[in-house]
Amino acid sequence: MSAPGGPSPRRPAFAPLAEETRAAMRRLMARYPNPRSALMSMLYLVQAEHGCVSEAGIEEVAGMLDLTKAEVASVATFYTMLKREPLGRYLVSVCTQPPCALAGAGSLRRALEEELGVGFGQTTPDGAITLEEVECVCVCDGAPAVQVNYESYEHLTPEAAVELVRKLRSGGAVPPPVHGSVPVPREAIHRELAGLGGHDPDRGGGES
Amino acid sequence: MKAAQTRVLTARWGDRGSHTIAASLASGGYEALRKALATPPAAVTEMVKVAGLRGRGGAGFPTGVKWGFIKRDEPPTYLVCNADEGEPGTFKDRELMERDPHQLIEGMVIASWAIGAAESYVYCRGEFAFAARRVERAISEAYERGTLGRNIFGSGFDHDVILHRGAGAYICGEETALLESLEGRRGQPRVRPPFPAQEGLYARPTVINNVETISCVPHIVANGPEWFRKFGTEKSPGTKIFSVSGDVERPGNYEVPFGTPARVLIEELAGGITGGRKLKAYTPGGASSTPVFGASKLDVNMDWESVQAAGSLLGTGAMMVFADDACVVRAMERFMRFYARESCGKCTPCREGTYWLAQIMRRLEAGQGRDEDLDLMMDVQANIGGRSFCALGDFATAPVISVAKEFVDEARLHIRNKGCPFER
Ligand SMILES: Cc1cc2nc3c(=O)[nH]c(=O)nc-3n(C[C@H](O)[C@H](O)[C@H](O)COP(=O)(O)O)c2cc1C
Ligand code: FES
Repeated sequence: MSAPGGPSPRRPAFAPLAEETRAAMRRLMARYPNPRSALMSMLYLVQAEHGCVSEAGIEEVAGMLDLTKAEVASVATFYTMLKREPLGRYLVSVCTQPPCALAGAGSLRRALEEELGVGFGQTTPDGAITLEEVECVCVCDGAPAVQVNYESYEHLTPEAAVELVRKLRSGGAVPPPVHGSVPVPREAIHRELAGLGGHDPDRGGGES
Repeated sequence: MKAAQTRVLTARWGDRGSHTIAASLASGGYEALRKALATPPAAVTEMVKVAGLRGRGGAGFPTGVKWGFIKRDEPPTYLVCNADEGEPGTFKDRELMERDPHQLIEGMVIASWAIGAAESYVYCRGEFAFAARRVERAISEAYERGTLGRNIFGSGFDHDVILHRGAGAYICGEETALLESLEGRRGQPRVRPPFPAQEGLYARPTVINNVETISCVPHIVANGPEWFRKFGTEKSPGTKIFSVSGDVERPGNYEVPFGTPARVLIEELAGGITGGRKLKAYTPGGASSTPVFGASKLDVNMDWESVQAAGSLLGTGAMMVFADDACVVRAMERFMRFYARESCGKCTPCREGTYWLAQIMRRLEAGQGRDEDLDLMMDVQANIGGRSFCALGDFATAPVISVAKEFVDEARLHIRNKGCPFER
């Protein structure tokens, strides 16, 4: 990884943030006694717009919060949900901690890697799916658990997992998880993570 | 099924729509808040003290005592709900938020009344998209019905709850790292003293409580401390939600009185070991319990004192169950990898020690270990335990101690076999 602030030849250049995004950031800053508390939310908004926490986004956020770029970059590199490389439209996170491992996370991983042709930490060339490993998303009663843009699919078989990513990739409708909603694409989920209002909590949701 | 659950916090879980304010109000929701707001704050704190409520985030600290540290007459003070649940094997807070977010909000307003906080925060793990959505919706419903906002129940008390999502870091469950994160910084623990009760969020007096802890509060206020003490043991009063996972027929959250034997949870409520296999081991309290229990500990009563007396810790009450064909060394290696990844990097013993332990354990599990590795591991862990900046380092010693003490034969088998002797 390049030093914070240094341009990386591997990273595409990004347009400045949209004015609406900056307005939303100001609203988030006003939510807290100290505007800096909105920093992570603001980085989620950068991610919604640029697909990752871009250098350009870090610079703008630093300017708005009156912080140095290094201070913002140090936060951006600390948290696993803030990514420095562009994410696919859907992030598929496979849990590998013991309860999921006992229930077959290993074969899920192999099936997904084979289907997608990428390994953990990589994105399919069409930009549809990023595959990653996670460490217990606390859905262990649903082991093996896989999250798709942070919606938890439980008790997945390798076949069902492959079917799921095929549908996600082709833009087809996917079934809702038993607890949760149908996953929304990258931009929508990151706006929600930023705290700008989620989609309907019951939309497509399974049981209560 | 022989055993039954004791549903206090989970009483509404069976109903569809239990997450809505309509369901909550129809079953006595917010009545405890009404009662609390008509009671002097110090008396509310006293009730929680007398009830003997202890923190469910892992450490079991007496909640009423914690509230009592706050100087109520020097505003602003803050309440922060720790909803960053990340301990491997634990999933109770998630389900409490998904199924009964109003119980949590009610508890938060009561706690805030007791400590004089006009604002409180729910710091929710970022990966919990669904739970956060449910809490967010519940907060707006509560504002609409006037159980949040200005002049709640005509009491003159104003209160706002703000939902804040994390961004992926186990360490942010540690309360001072959580506060750093909530202030927009890297989630690294703070030096103590000052303790959060003196200088917490924005350097103001702050109480941090776990989701399950706060969810107990409305029941204590509604029914009285004596009623609460009817459940559980003298030193661990009340009920506890145990998250049972792994090789059991019915993994899930089970609410029982403290002191219920592990056997009842594993064999009866969770339906026993899958596929007619036998129990090999279980964690009494998540990855961070020291050490894992073998099958001989199946009759340990699940309360703080009994689990500690049996040589481990109750932690979050996460019982990960391993059948006899599962490799405990492999499971411990995965826990170690978890700690190595989640170490925040602030202090050297934890940052370096977890890295090396993960390497050694990986080698051991893969059958490339040497006999000396067991001593080496114990040596490294002894240099982390008690010497790290926060408890994450102490937690990280648990997998090593489990392997080197309880399952040393299994570790030696890996060395002799030059490979893992188990399927899973
Ligand atoms: C590394 C680490 C992780 C922790 N994670 C959590 C957590 O996810 N949730 C939680 O409530 N407490 C967690 N704790 C405990 C908190 O520091 C704190 O004790 C707790 O939130 C206090 O609330 P309680 O008294 O209601 O239990 C963690 C502690 C450490 C050291
Ligand atoms: S172990 Fe996979 S969700 Fe907990």
